[in-house]
Amino acid sequence: MSGGRATTIARADLRQLRASRDFWLPLAVIALFMFMVVPAVMLWVISTVQDPKLLAKLVDVVGRLPAPLRERLHGTPAEIQASYTLAVYFFAPLVTLVPLTVSSSISANTFVGERERGSGEFLAHSPASTREIYIGKLIAALVPGYATALGGVVVYSAVVNLIVSTRTDGVLFPAGNWWIFVLWVMPPLIGLAVALIVSISSRVSSGAAAQQASSLIALPIVIVAYGVSEASLFGSATAAWVVGIVTWVAAGLAIRWGASSLSRERLLGIGS
Amino acid sequence: MVELIGVTRRFGEIVALDGFSLVVVPGEVTVLLGPNGAGKTTAVRVVTGVVGADQGTVRVLGEDPTGPGGQAIRARCGVVPARPALYDRLDGYENLRYAAELYGVADVPGRIAQAAARFGIVDALGQRVAGYSTGMRARLALSRAVLHDPDLLLLDEPTAGLDPESARVVLGLIDEMADQGKAVVMCTHLLLEAEGLADQVVVMDRGRTLVAGSASELTRRLWPSVTVVIDAEVPQMLDRCAGLPFVRSYQRNGAALVELDDREHVADLVDALVAGGVRLLRVEPRTPTLEELYFTVRGRG
Repeated sequence: MSGGRATTIARADLRQLRASRDFWLPLAVIALFMFMVVPAVMLWVISTVQDPKLLAKLVDVVGRLPAPLRERLHGTPAEIQASYTLAVYFFAPLVTLVPLTVSSSISANTFVGERERGSGEFLAHSPASTREIYIGKLIAALVPGYATALGGVVVYSAVVNLIVSTRTDGVLFPAGNWWIFVLWVMPPLIGLAVALIVSISSRVSSGAAAQQASSLIALPIVIVAYGVSEASLFGSATAAWVVGIVTWVAAGLAIRWGASSLSRERLLGIGS
Repeated sequence: MVELIGVTRRFGEIVALDGFSLVVVPGEVTVLLGPNGAGKTTAVRVVTGVVGADQGTVRVLGEDPTGPGGQAIRARCGVVPARPALYDRLDGYENLRYAAELYGVADVPGRIAQAAARFGIVDALGQRVAGYSTGMRARLALSRAVLHDPDLLLLDEPTAGLDPESARVVLGLIDEMADQGKAVVMCTHLLLEAEGLADQVVVMDRGRTLVAGSASELTRRLWPSVTVVIDAEVPQMLDRCAGLPFVRSYQRNGAALVELDDREHVADLVDALVAGGVRLLRVEPRTPTLEELYFTVRGRG
């Protein structure tokens, strides 16, 4: 396999994506809303709570955290404890959900989009192997999703620190296992989802069918993603590394299966 | 260069190719003629290994295109599909660069400039392909197909929907490629454009070869008799043709139409008339058009 051809395919797809403002603009708006507006409003509301009953309930939430994390927050004001818990742990699924949405939307259209535009014929006749084509398409769907995750973490960090850190000592976020989660667990997690959806895209007959099918598998993927994020953030650093390894293996197997099941006939929509 | 022997390919209940055979040699233009659904597109796809054969032998540049050598074979083929298969959201230059990089072309900007100039699309390279006319799309698809200097050019209905000027560019390319010793396979159902271009004509129907050969060979095979148009200073003197032993039929309405039983007898006819004192103004053996040939073959098929 030539990595050059796979990256050529990925670059061409990314260039097309960049040129499709009608596609990426709504996704960018969703990402901005989820990473900036929602946390800003919620954190601001929580950090300014004065009602003692509500504060007591918020501290109960903190009580659900693992013991080492609770110790870290010991002695800080209740509203700060609640903000920390909310910011660092309960918003974690957002960081997986939004990139997964971005990557799923792109990957659902990869092969079926080529077929509907008729450009699949060009790829089918090209010297690129089916594995190179598959990997190229996978990269093209994975990069925007992961870039959204990284950008989201940066924006989210800025929001959290601006709102909450002014009342605590030092920077509040990213903290704990977040670095491991974002840099080690997230790439294979998105890769796993993309590998499955790209494979579906090579099998179905229309863009609408691809969206339907990807929606069907999106729900279990989101549940898995939620579990993975919780396990890696709430557990120890070792647990986070192990979760990452398991996710990498699962993603590797999904990619291998997807690459081997793609045929040139499928690029034309005539595969079995 | 291309050898298909008894190739059969089914898609469910549909038999796209049914024992189809084809031999393509370098420097020749092979035209696959046939109605829609005859199996022309499938034949092209079998040649590049995009579609495999259920039965039969496929050898392209000495190898099986669906085997491990398939990538190398495809790298030496240039394909213009029935739909131009371009990327509308990219501009013309980006479309060509994509292909150049996939085919491993050296000196990408140089080759793109050369191909674009050849097909007169230099000024349009910066525009998005979505805004191209049908003719411009065809020219861009052609530029893309020859960027890597292929040894085998496969064109599937390349002039469909084109204006005469663009169609001429396509036919010019085919001639040029054949002159350079490349092999060209063109699928069409437009008989006029194949006329005079094809070194080999393959008439297909329902995945089968009805006849194959050069136009003159097919003419000899299908019309052993020949019709000659004759005119003379005194047309009435031509009536003596009717009595000649090798003349099958004779009609005169102004000039005469004489049907001979064999092409070899054209010279005998002229000799006989001149010997009889007829001063000839015109002797024109009539060659059947490809269209006549096609419909005759289809009628017999």
